[in-house]
Amino acid sequence: MITTQTDFRTALLDPSKQAPNGVQNPDGVPATKRFDVYRNNVAVSLTDALETAFPVVNKLVGNDFFRAMAGVYLRAHPPTSPVMMFYGEAMPEFLAGFGPAQSVPYLPDVARLELAMRHSYHAADARPIEPDALAKIAPDTLPNVTFTFAPSVHLIPSNYPLHSIWWANTHGGDIAKVAQPALISRPEFDPIVDVLTPEQSAVIAALINGTPLGKALQSGGAGFDLGPLLGLLLSRNALISINT
Amino acid sequence: MLDVTRPSLPFTPGVGYKAQHFNDIMEDAGPVGWLEIHAENYMGMGGRPLAQLRHLSEKFPFSVHGVGLSIGGEGRLDADHLARLKTLCDWLNPASFSEHLAWSTHESAFLNDLLPLPYTAATVKRVADHIDEVQSTLGRQMLLENPSSYLAFAESDMSETDFLAEIVARTGCGLLLDVNNVFVSATNLDYSPQSYIDAYPLDSVGEIHLGGHDEDEDETGAPLLIDSHGAEVVDPVWALLDYTLAKSGPKPLLIEWDTDVPEWAVLVEETKRADKALSVFA
Repeated sequence: MITTQTDFRTALLDPSKQAPNGVQNPDGVPATKRFDVYRNNVAVSLTDALETAFPVVNKLVGNDFFRAMAGVYLRAHPPTSPVMMFYGEAMPEFLAGFGPAQSVPYLPDVARLELAMRHSYHAADARPIEPDALAKIAPDTLPNVTFTFAPSVHLIPSNYPLHSIWWANTHGGDIAKVAQPALISRPEFDPIVDVLTPEQSAVIAALINGTPLGKALQSGGAGFDLGPLLGLLLSRNALISINT
Repeated sequence: MLDVTRPSLPFTPGVGYKAQHFNDIMEDAGPVGWLEIHAENYMGMGGRPLAQLRHLSEKFPFSVHGVGLSIGGEGRLDADHLARLKTLCDWLNPASFSEHLAWSTHESAFLNDLLPLPYTAATVKRVADHIDEVQSTLGRQMLLENPSSYLAFAESDMSETDFLAEIVARTGCGLLLDVNNVFVSATNLDYSPQSYIDAYPLDSVGEIHLGGHDEDEDETGAPLLIDSHGAEVVDPVWALLDYTLAKSGPKPLLIEWDTDVPEWAVLVEETKRADKALSVFA
C-alpha cells in the first residue's frame, strides 16, 4: 500500500478527511490521532505565523476571530515558499473579500501596512543621501530631479485614518477623523510608521514612480508645502540618490 | 568535497541562535562555542538579522540548518530555494550545512512542517538524488538529520538506520543525529532507542541535536511524544546522549529551543549540562 504525498497533503489540510491509506500505529492499526499531530503542526504553525505577521489585525478583530479566519486563509493560500518571513502576502485582498470581516472596512489597509513593515525590516541596506545634497543642486534644475528611495520605504495610501488606527493599537491614543495615509521607513534597523496627509501621500507616490520633483508637486495641489515632507524624508534616511 | 579552508564546528556546546539573545551572547557566551541558525530566517536582503550575523560570525563558527528544502519531496527540489541557500552559505561560510530527512513542499505549497517518509528503495533513490543536487550546488558536504516520527508507513521495508546508512554510502553526506528525535521516534514507534544508536552509522555524525518534547497519548493510551523544541532536554535523552557519546567519541552538541524561547541564562544551564557530557573526553 503506497501513501502518496498528494494523499498526505490533501488529508493534512482537510480535517473532514480520514488519514491517508498506509499510515499506521506501531501495531499496524491505521493511524488517526498520530496523523492529527501533523495536521495540528501545519495548521497551528501557519496560524501562529500569521498572528506574528499581523498583530494589529489580530487586535482589531480579536484573537478567536483571527485564528478562525487564519484557518480559512491558510487553506486558501498555503505558503508558496519556505521563506516564511513574508507569509500572508494575499491577506489584504483576502480580508477585502472575507464576508465576516466586512464590518471593519479598513482591515485590508492595516494588513498592507503590517506586510510593508515586514518587507521594510528585511529590505536591503542602503546609504542615504547627505543632508546637504539637495542644497547643492542648482535651483533652476530642481524641478527636473528625481529621487531614488531606500528599498525599506513603503507608502500605504488610505482613505481611513490608518496611521492613528495603527498607533492606537500599538501605543494607545484616539483615532483621527480624517484620512491618514502612512509612510514606512527604516532609518537604521527598526521600521517607523509616519502619518501623511493625502496630499503628501500623492506627492510621494509620484516621486516613488520616478516623476520629476516639479511635476510630482502638482499631485499635492495648489499651495503644497514641500518643506515638511522633505524634512521627514531626510530625517528617515528615505532617499538614497538624487538624479539630475 | 571536503574544503580544508572551511572552519569546523568545535566539540563544544552550541545553541540555536535567537535574535533576542544577541546582546547576552556578545557579552558572555558561557560554554557556547558555536551557533546554529535556521537558514530560512536569514533570507531577507538586509537589516538587523544579517547585521547581527555579520557581528556574530566574527566571534563564532556557524551551522546553517535548513528547515524548508523538502529533500524527501516527490517533486523536484525548489531551484529558487536552493539558490537562496547557496547565497547564504557563500556569504556566511558556515562550518556546517544541514537539512532534514523529511518533505514539506508538494505541488508548490509549502506546509511548514517536517513530514514523514516511507523507508523504501524508491525513497532512497529520490533522497539520494536530491542530496547529490544539494551538495553539488552548494559545493559542500551536507548533514542529514533523522526525523521525529509519530506514525509508520505500511510500505516501509527498511529500518531508519539502514536507510540513513544507504544514503551516506550513495551520496557521501554526513549525518546530524538528533538524540531527542531518536527518543521521540523510539517511544512513539515502540522500539529501543539504544538499539537504534547501536545500528546507527555513528562514524558519519558531524553534529548532535538535543531538544525538548511534549508528552501526549494516542487514541489507545499509548505514549505519543511530540517534538516541540519548547522545553528542557529530559533526563532519558541526556542518558541517551551519554550512551551515544561513549560509542561515537566527542561531537559538536546543539541545544535547540525554538518555541517559548527562554532567557539566555536558561539556555546556558542546558549548555553546561552538554559541556559536562563532553567533559569525559577532556
